[in-house]
Amino acid sequence: MTAITHTGGLEHKKKRFRAARIDWASFFGTGVTGLATILIIAILAVILGNVVVNGVQHVSWRFVSTGTATDMFDVNKAGILPMIFGTTARVILMTIFVLPMGVLTAIYLTEYARIHSPFTRVIRGAVNNLAGVPSIVFGLFGAGFFVRFIGREMDSAFYHAGATVWGQPALLWASATLAVMTLPVVIIATEESLKAIPQGLREASLALGATKLQTIIKVVLPQAVPGIMTGAILAVSRAAGEVAPILFTGAAYYMADLPKSLHDQFMDLGYHVFILSTQSPNVDKTRPLLYATVLVLLCLTFLLNIVAIFVRANMRKKARMLH
Amino acid sequence: MAETILPKVTVAPDMQQAAIPPTLIEVQNLSLYYGAAQALKNISLGIGEKIVTAFIGPSGCGKSTLLRCFNRMNDLIDNVRIQGSVKIAAQDINSDEVDVIELRKRVGMVFQKSNPFPKSIYENVAYGLRLQGMTRNSALDAAVEESLRQAALWDEVKDRLHTSGLGLSGGQQQRLCIARAIAIKPEIVLMDEPASALDPIATTRVEELILDLKKDYTIVIVTHNMQQAARISDYTAFFYLGELIEYGTTPKIFTNPAKKQTEDYVTGRFG
Repeated sequence: MTAITHTGGLEHKKKRFRAARIDWASFFGTGVTGLATILIIAILAVILGNVVVNGVQHVSWRFVSTGTATDMFDVNKAGILPMIFGTTARVILMTIFVLPMGVLTAIYLTEYARIHSPFTRVIRGAVNNLAGVPSIVFGLFGAGFFVRFIGREMDSAFYHAGATVWGQPALLWASATLAVMTLPVVIIATEESLKAIPQGLREASLALGATKLQTIIKVVLPQAVPGIMTGAILAVSRAAGEVAPILFTGAAYYMADLPKSLHDQFMDLGYHVFILSTQSPNVDKTRPLLYATVLVLLCLTFLLNIVAIFVRANMRKKARMLH
Repeated sequence: MAETILPKVTVAPDMQQAAIPPTLIEVQNLSLYYGAAQALKNISLGIGEKIVTAFIGPSGCGKSTLLRCFNRMNDLIDNVRIQGSVKIAAQDINSDEVDVIELRKRVGMVFQKSNPFPKSIYENVAYGLRLQGMTRNSALDAAVEESLRQAALWDEVKDRLHTSGLGLSGGQQQRLCIARAIAIKPEIVLMDEPASALDPIATTRVEELILDLKKDYTIVIVTHNMQQAARISDYTAFFYLGELIEYGTTPKIFTNPAKKQTEDYVTGRFG
């Protein structure tokens, strides 16, 4: 039996590996990007920390569950329930308006329109430009289009002469204005999720004799739900803290009661922060109230986001478990 | 009896020796353009009923494009222009009188990449049946079981019909797609490289399945794998650069091809 033996004595002739060296480029790369990240976290911590530290002591159950009946600038008497209600209502209404519009537009753009036609390009360009329009411009648009045009036309069509029901700033018009503002976010997010669905799934459905509409409803849309929800979350985040679009379209300086219908005005947390910081007769006395209100606004924004994220996670789980 | 019937379509003189069963798909002078590029060049051939016909040829030779003409999947692509005719059961499928939805119900398709829906195994198979308006659970149950049995998948999945189709192995997924395609009882099943992404064992199972399905269905299969074409097909068509080079019985194409190009390709000498 011949053993296969290792030929010794040649190793020293083979090329040796180079010694490891310190990789300075990588070291600095990590350092610079890491520093930038730390800076961002620090800024966020300072902002949030300041608000929490100064605001948390003034947030009480009474504060969030009552209105501003007596003195809206006194931290011991003021409550912000109407503002919480108003902001929540306008965000929820906006979501109801923006989702169908945005999803239908995205479906048209990805499933029906020819990708390279000039018409599609114009729509895409318009969507992208819409995303870049300053929010105050949306506010002015809403005041002109929804309140003055649609609202007044509705009044003259459905009510006796001189009546003003819809032709004034209202919860409905503020929500509609916000919906127009957040439309690009929903369209783009939905489009991305539709594009990510493999073409093979559409082909499989069509090859089984499904129509295009059946394919979209039964195969494409169920797959796109998480993406659509992401769009909704982004829209909610953007809209919850916006004040400019609702200034002329529905937000009220003061209201004795909560809004009772869609054509009532409403009080809004973001707008209230602006009022507290500019209209107070006694700045020092109002400052704690301002901190507390901002804290509640931040919490509400987070809460609305968390609800949307929770809904999305739930839908994903359902999709995974199947029926 | 079938052997005595000659093809209705004459392609080349050498093909007249080939006795083809009753022609189901008849392609006449078919040319297809993607924009300015011509993908199929004046192709004529007849495909027999209830046999397996294989399309072979190098990538980009037009074999998949031709396959997709049979259920008009090319309609989905912009800028496609077709000349000539494709007749199935003597009816021109590109004429205005033919409803493309009904055509696709009669001409099923299995794709190269297995593409089960992200639904349960049961719902995958039931999809086409539900589209046709079948709603009774007992009828659906029976049809799903029958299709899965025909696709030789039933025993492997009967205990987990309501779990996701995506949880199956690659070979099982492809058989699920075959079950899904045959659930709606098409007359023709088009297969576009159905085994190209599968391992040898899964490929063998799919090939056995194809041989089994030929009793009930007319099968047209596109394949890169020449051994596969030789193993499972009755007729073979060799395409090159959008042209039909040679078409005949599979033994003839592989053992005694008339054209040098065909011989070079089937023997692996192709450049």
